[in-house]
Amino acid sequence: MVFNLDTWQITLLSLRVSASATAISLLIGLPFGTWLALGNFRGRSFILSIINTGMALPPVVVGLVVAMMLWRSGPLGNLNLVYTPTAIIIAQTIIAAPVVTGLTAATLQALDPRLRQQLLGLGASTLQMIWMLWREARLPLLAALIAGFGSVISEVGASMMVGGNIQGQTRVLTTAIVLETDKGEFNVALGLSVLLLVITYLINLALTWIQQRGAKR
Amino acid sequence: MTALIEIHDIAVQRGGREALQIDTLDIARGETLAVVGPNGAGKSTLLLMLAKLIKPAHGQIHFNGNLLSTLNDLEYRRKISFVFQDPLLLDMSAEENVALGLKFRGSTKEDIRMRVNHWMKQLGIESLAKRRATQISGGEAQRVSLARAFVLEPELLLLDEPFSALDPPTRANLLDELSALLVRDHRTAIFVTHNLNEAANLSQRIAIIIKGKLMQVGPAKQIKTKPVNEEVAAFLKELNQAI
Repeated sequence: MVFNLDTWQITLLSLRVSASATAISLLIGLPFGTWLALGNFRGRSFILSIINTGMALPPVVVGLVVAMMLWRSGPLGNLNLVYTPTAIIIAQTIIAAPVVTGLTAATLQALDPRLRQQLLGLGASTLQMIWMLWREARLPLLAALIAGFGSVISEVGASMMVGGNIQGQTRVLTTAIVLETDKGEFNVALGLSVLLLVITYLINLALTWIQQRGAKR
Repeated sequence: MTALIEIHDIAVQRGGREALQIDTLDIARGETLAVVGPNGAGKSTLLLMLAKLIKPAHGQIHFNGNLLSTLNDLEYRRKISFVFQDPLLLDMSAEENVALGLKFRGSTKEDIRMRVNHWMKQLGIESLAKRRATQISGGEAQRVSLARAFVLEPELLLLDEPFSALDPPTRANLLDELSALLVRDHRTAIFVTHNLNEAANLSQRIAIIIKGKLMQVGPAKQIKTKPVNEEVAAFLKELNQAI
């Protein structure tokens, strides 16, 4: 089974859901993390502590909560999303978003606070100031993206619970590995594991290359 | 000379204490005012307040006759420029750093190129144009920082101990150049320093701030010969002993 049509379909679905979840996490985590890092308001430390806890959310717990929400009798049951790739994207976004948010906040808080004053003192608007801070912290922010992607491409609990591991529909690499192991097909499971590791390595290699090219410039 | 800045009955709170209190202070257009005082006296607070980066608890500041609190923050900040003690350059080339404020203002590429070239030449750093900010020395970085502020041709230049981290010869050179530029362009500037001689050479008047209070304002000679109270006299004596 390792290199047949099914395998490529599973691989492509894995990449599609994890890339989508990472992209959505970035859209949520980058502004939210920036707000937490630059904002000065009551409750900021509390929210940061929640986000930091969220960075270690067990995927199986996320899967359980999302499954309960999307279940036919659940509050979002009428959306008919349970056992669809969209459900996996939702669950993986919940896993990756705190990672991206927390690392974005930590990265921006590590910058010299006077840099913000300097940029504003040079006539930057708030958006221009934030853009320059992101630019200045681009290498650790890229690391946040890598960490976010890493947290979802390798998870299995949430994908299994909300996706159902349905062949041709919601089966991704990690759930396929679990299935093949359960069947005692260790060679297939091992082949899929190697494939998952190679893909993860290639994507991280590309991101790391972009990151280090930025560091050398 | 008309006043560019008029400060009346200002108090600034920072960290739960009164960090700055000024009854009255005017800064004339084209004047360089040096602000001298011990560490933590409130000198930087004055500059941050004038850059609208912190708000006073009460009091009034007028800029060009307009109440500062009523002016749009961004529009006002685009009339001024701020140089910090550390150059705070961004991780880009020296010329890109100098161009930063002009880019924020949406200047054309041609205008940016001309003005950046002009000011990098004025400050003797044209050869550093393509070098990354991380690859230049402290003195060169501070020149880039000055060029970044001057290129904006601001109505008000705020300089917060810009040379304090530099070695004495570099510091003396940059002070001479800064002094010449300020005089030539009739630029209004507020220059914070620990050094009374620097203050005397660069400015028309000196303001002494101690423990958050503006104690005395006047020409260097008057400050040195007629300190207004014992606190100022003791501070000046301490400064003289340190030189």
